[in-house]
Amino acid sequence: MLGLNKQDTTLFLIVVALTALAPFILNPFPTESAMAQFNAGYPDLMQRFVIFGIFAIGFNILFGLTGYLSFGHAAFLGVGSYAAVWMFKLFSYNVFPAIFLSVVIAGLFSLLIGYISLRRSGIYFSILTLAFAQMSFALAYSVLSNPKFNLTNGETGLQVYTDDLQMFHGDHLPDLPHIFGLLTMRDNFVLTVGGWDFNFNVGYYFCALIMLLAFYFSVRIFRSPFGTMLRAVKSNQTRMYYTGLNARPYTLAAFVISGMYAGLAGGLMAAVDPLAGAERMQWTASGEVVLMTILGGAGTLIGPILGAGFIKYFENIFSKINDTVLHSWFSFLPDGMEDFMVAIVHPFIGKGWHLTLGLLFMMVVIFLPGGLVEGGQRIMRLFRGKKAAKEADEATQSTPAE
Amino acid sequence: MDAFLIQILNGLDKGSAYALIALGLTLIFGTLGVVNFAHGALFMIGAFCAVTLQRIFKLSFVTEDPTQQDFLGNPLKVETPYVMDWFGPEVGAGIIEWSVPLAILFCIPVMIGVGFAMERGLIKHFYKRPHADQILVTFGLAIVLQEIIKYFFGANPIPTPAPASLNGVVNLGAIIGMDIVYPLWRVIYFCFSALIIGGIFAFLQFTTFGMVVRAGMADRETVGLLGINIDRKFTIMFGIAAAVAGLAGVMYTPINPPNYHMGMDFLVLSFVVVVVGGMGSLPGAVLAGFLLGILESFASTTWATTTIPGINQVIIYLVAIIVLLTRPRGLLGRKGVMED
Repeated sequence: MLGLNKQDTTLFLIVVALTALAPFILNPFPTESAMAQFNAGYPDLMQRFVIFGIFAIGFNILFGLTGYLSFGHAAFLGVGSYAAVWMFKLFSYNVFPAIFLSVVIAGLFSLLIGYISLRRSGIYFSILTLAFAQMSFALAYSVLSNPKFNLTNGETGLQVYTDDLQMFHGDHLPDLPHIFGLLTMRDNFVLTVGGWDFNFNVGYYFCALIMLLAFYFSVRIFRSPFGTMLRAVKSNQTRMYYTGLNARPYTLAAFVISGMYAGLAGGLMAAVDPLAGAERMQWTASGEVVLMTILGGAGTLIGPILGAGFIKYFENIFSKINDTVLHSWFSFLPDGMEDFMVAIVHPFIGKGWHLTLGLLFMMVVIFLPGGLVEGGQRIMRLFRGKKAAKEADEATQSTPAE
Repeated sequence: MDAFLIQILNGLDKGSAYALIALGLTLIFGTLGVVNFAHGALFMIGAFCAVTLQRIFKLSFVTEDPTQQDFLGNPLKVETPYVMDWFGPEVGAGIIEWSVPLAILFCIPVMIGVGFAMERGLIKHFYKRPHADQILVTFGLAIVLQEIIKYFFGANPIPTPAPASLNGVVNLGAIIGMDIVYPLWRVIYFCFSALIIGGIFAFLQFTTFGMVVRAGMADRETVGLLGINIDRKFTIMFGIAAAVAGLAGVMYTPINPPNYHMGMDFLVLSFVVVVVGGMGSLPGAVLAGFLLGILESFASTTWATTTIPGINQVIIYLVAIIVLLTRPRGLLGRKGVMED
């Protein structure tokens, strides 16, 4: 279907089903129940799932296929966000032109940075991209927000004010990002069934549709001759040169494509919440997308989406757990034991989420270089024996990070 | 002229922090071939050694002073640090005041221990893995270390002042008949770094151990074939590199109160410094550290920032990009190190 082979079609359909039914799947507990805090089916979080999914899918096209580890991808995300908000400020709240512009601007920006950075590879490439991203962050944070030429609005972040130009903004149009005035991104339909409240959010479905498109393109890239060429860059660049192929155009194309994905994610971020801040470009943000991709499984199709979902879900859940919740969990233990367990778990929850994330990430890099996808395959192998596992390997076509 | 010299001095003390961290990074990279993203975290741990020692000295017991009363009429509670009790109030107060310089002694064994644990426990397993994996695992370690520090010390900067007698200003220009007033501690910081850098170079240049290490940096395999346990020597070098980063951190605390993300802030710049100096070149790292420090300080002058707004924020990165593109090996990079 759509130029995909049977296995890819199945994978794609699974992803389609999961994203379409996400409001149900992520909301397994009734609203009033004690377990409701583990629900993730509210609009804001679901939007983050798919937006970071797009970001990670794009990053994976560069890192997973070519092995070039960029530490500066957040810069493209930030540029995309700024471009989208400027579109809102100058023209109207319609999301399509905004997202279009953010993709184009991020593409151009990544073309410039990629052209320079890709002259080096390995660790130099990582440091060059890091340097560029930090430079963009420093510029956006301070320099480009001076009164004479205020491009980024500095620390406050760029946002839309009522006295902005907004040329095509009419009175009949909502004061929120919208789709041709028909639906706003914040429109939310709540379906109440029994004790459950299911949220159907326009912003979420809009981003989800775009993520599916992005995912489809990434599958096509993975399966195309172009994708094969990128894998060749990763496995042995020298040999590629000897066969008379120049790796540079391919890696540059991969860099620009992944930059455009990042810009798209940035544009969508601005679309669901019309605000853009410089902190989106900081190198910790670049680190986050690296974490997502590795955690899910670099070089696999589904890995980045899993990783993005995993990190964003647990970030949200872990941050919400506090000592009271812990006490209720361990209440079956005798008093002394209960306090002891709470004291042990305490550093890892709430504000300590980053500690858990760091440890988890180290574990994955050390023991499971292929990420969650590889973990899943290993578990499958345990159940199904060796022969079946080989088929499973071929089905997902994983190429672990090494 | 005065302003010019002041800028150079400013650059030198920022540059000495860069140089020390970059030196440690290069030592690790040159010996073990590992790109250590957790090196900034070592700098931070060093700084928190000073904080810890200060807290240890300030540990106190509470006594009630019947001669004084608080506003409720109860006997006033007086906290007396143990050191004051043991060594008498004056010596005790002196010890507390001098906790930062004393932390140098405290920091060295701690940092060497941390370095050994890191190398033996984690990095050892990554020699044969690709550089990307090394970057990733040390990046994860850096996050973990900084979160642990944040858990114990909180997120706010903790003031750790230098001893009062070293806190003043000094007129450096007096000797050459000019008027250059400069904070004394920063001068000490620079001298201290120069001392450490000199010490490391002397150690590598004039001791047998250093000679073996240098030989190992040039050709690890051959040194191994000669029957020398090079891995153990490299582990010791890792400990030394960690101690250098830690010392840089200890001495930096009076200049900038330490917080948990200071390591990350310095790390990115130190990497840039290493790359500009030339990956694997020790003199390159030191030279580039001071050079970039001075450049940054000149770019921060009012003249520079009004001519090109924001130049102070980006100068280091710009220089790095230009150097990498025109002289990919870095200023003093050796041939064949990390080339593709």
